[in-house]
Amino acid sequence: MTKELFSGAELVVKTLSALKVKYLFGYPGGTVLDIYDAIFRQNDVEHILVRHEQAATHMADGFARATGEVGVVLATSGPGATNCITGIATAYMDSIPMVVLSGQVPTGLIGDDAFQETDIVGCSRPIVKHSFNCRKVADIPNTIAKAFYIASTGRPGPVVIELPKDILMPQFTAEFTLNSEINIRSYNPTVKGHHRQIKKAVQAITQAKRLVIYSGGGVIIANAAALLTQLVEKLNAPVTNTLMGLGGVSGLHDNFIGMLGMHGSLEANKAMAHADVILALGARFDDRVTNNVKKFCPNANIVHVDIDPTSISKTINAHIPVVGLVDIVLEQLLTELDEKQFSINEQENQAWWQQIAQWRAVKSVSYEQTDGKIKPQRVIEAMYEATQGDAYVCSDVGQHQMFAAQYYPFAKPRQWINSGGLGTMGFGLPAAMGVKLAFPDSHVICITGDGSIQMNIQELSTCLQYNLPVVIISLNNRSLGMVRQWQDMVYGGRHSSSYMESLPDFVKLAESYGHVGIQINALDELEEKIQQAFAIKNRLVFVDVLVDENEHVYPMQIRTGAIDEMWIKKGVKA
Amino acid sequence: MRRILAILLENEAGSLSRIVGLFSQRAFNIESLTVAPTEDPSLSRITIATKGNDKILEQIVKQVNKLIDVIKITDLTERSHVERELLLIKVLAMSDKSRTEVKRITDIFRGAIIDIGKQTYTIELTGDAEKLNAFISTLANETEIIESVRSGCVGIARGEKALRVK
Ligand SMILES: Cc1ncc(C[n+]2csc(CCOP(=O)(O)OP(=O)(O)O)c2C)c(N)n1
Ligand SMILES: [Mg+2]
Repeated sequence: MTKELFSGAELVVKTLSALKVKYLFGYPGGTVLDIYDAIFRQNDVEHILVRHEQAATHMADGFARATGEVGVVLATSGPGATNCITGIATAYMDSIPMVVLSGQVPTGLIGDDAFQETDIVGCSRPIVKHSFNCRKVADIPNTIAKAFYIASTGRPGPVVIELPKDILMPQFTAEFTLNSEINIRSYNPTVKGHHRQIKKAVQAITQAKRLVIYSGGGVIIANAAALLTQLVEKLNAPVTNTLMGLGGVSGLHDNFIGMLGMHGSLEANKAMAHADVILALGARFDDRVTNNVKKFCPNANIVHVDIDPTSISKTINAHIPVVGLVDIVLEQLLTELDEKQFSINEQENQAWWQQIAQWRAVKSVSYEQTDGKIKPQRVIEAMYEATQGDAYVCSDVGQHQMFAAQYYPFAKPRQWINSGGLGTMGFGLPAAMGVKLAFPDSHVICITGDGSIQMNIQELSTCLQYNLPVVIISLNNRSLGMVRQWQDMVYGGRHSSSYMESLPDFVKLAESYGHVGIQINALDELEEKIQQAFAIKNRLVFVDVLVDENEHVYPMQIRTGAIDEMWIKKGVKA
Repeated sequence: MRRILAILLENEAGSLSRIVGLFSQRAFNIESLTVAPTEDPSLSRITIATKGNDKILEQIVKQVNKLIDVIKITDLTERSHVERELLLIKVLAMSDKSRTEVKRITDIFRGAIIDIGKQTYTIELTGDAEKLNAFISTLANETEIIESVRSGCVGIARGEKALRVK
């Protein structure tokens, strides 16, 4: 019996279906029309047509962050592929599993500056985990399978596959065979922590007088939140989360001392500065956390657990490095603690918590309702109340992002979705759409600003087409607030190109896309209208909140200072 | 400090550009780089001479290792090793005197004259970087250097130690 033969395009779709891909985010064009034709002729994989390829990458990214699955993107060669660059870089910086299928001109034309030819593998090289130039029809299934494997294992990240048009066309065919096991001899990420390092880590932790657990995005990615909470409780340790790690331990947990870093809480940054042992879990000592590395926690013994060896001792030297998956290492740590029959030193632990209580008492994350203007922080609180803390909050980038991180306690991992590493304005709306697609029955919020929302506003159209009723809450301060804040603090208040004189009427804009628009411009109607927005089901609601344009994000680390040198409010140092 | 890194990687399209890209992207220094397939044609071996302190070197090694198609990397300078570089150099050799002198210097350095032009000698010499440098400056004192090319260094560990797949 002869085996069935398929075109390259059919193989692409068959492979995606075999890998259980439900959604493909993309935009058509010349080099991928065969794939679009193959998509048309099947029902397993649904294609979501965005309005700009950047949004396809962020949508796939949001989907991946919320579900833990690989997000998949399809773009045509040339401009389609280059439009994906920002989204690929965003996913790369935050270690998000993503596979981007890009068309390419036919093999025979590669290198000729053919119409819509761009070397996308070359363009994306510094911002991908890996990439493939697929050149044979028969290679398509296993190349895609390898890409999925690489994207989703070890430290996850985006993988780009370039597919020239000729190998997708019906003229060339091959059998559909997927290897049952993927074996890449040069790629074997470490999984378990080395037992000697685990012993050393436990020794350091148990001897600590002032322990802080500093956990990052790695805990979310590894689904290790429950184990982290177990460890926190066993040690009765204070725990701080990075911007990427929020929800790794509940924001409502007694041991949670807030986010750390540039706009972190005073207690988190103080605790780090005074710790004698820091247990870093899936975090990477980013410059937005450490502040001046030369002044970083000089007395701390640092235990650093991470899947990626390059993250260890890159910016801050680790005394006890542990390479491994955070969930597995946490299990190892818990087992070792049990075997040692560890119990905490009540006295020292109490003294440490008393010290922390003093820092907490400063209430560094707070604001004053001085006049009748709507404070952006209050909007976040109202949003929390209206959703009872049970929403996916997808953020854009700016002051609104920091306010959301500070004022919406996240009880669960994957609830908080933001571009922490690259800080990509325009991420919020498409990311929220990806989340809504995955969880249609949950509240999905896009928290944004008047600047960021306009970077992918065209996706309001996609929302209508696919019925994605997210709630957009725009903290409209008529300015690029975060830029303006820096100009106020560092550039003598010269607001060079940081305010917007020609904003659209967002309510009408939303309506013209077929959605509901609500404007809030009085403090006394804030709560009611926010409640109202969440009560509307099955329609996208765009809430344009006119907030105080002079509000700054505090607390804030003082530049070039130590981690705990902070402004608490305008002109007031900690 | 100068280091010599030996890298074993998949001999595939794009793997060299990933290495080179990594070095420029992360502002690591490349003094020289050589690459060729090994006896197993599915593998390439790269030798990179670089400079950096221990912290930078640790990052370089880890970052290179992180590339998906890299199988192994080792710092040859950590242990005793052999290091060689090839030099081809064309010098002016017009008068009898300068011809004899160039020949004499070449013999002393155990090089070989591999081509003779109407007015030139082309010489081949292998050795470590220091020897090549010494040879070039000695020649420069004697005659005019017209052109030279160096391969960049290659290296291998002494004794039983080897860089291979499993
Ligand atoms: C694509 C992109 N361009 C520029 C920036 C720099 N940037 C960071 S925050 C910000 C202002 C954001 O304004 P808006 O969305 O209105 O938020 P706000 O700070 O006012 O809350 C800018 C321009 C960025 N992060 N991303
Ligand atoms: Mg704004």
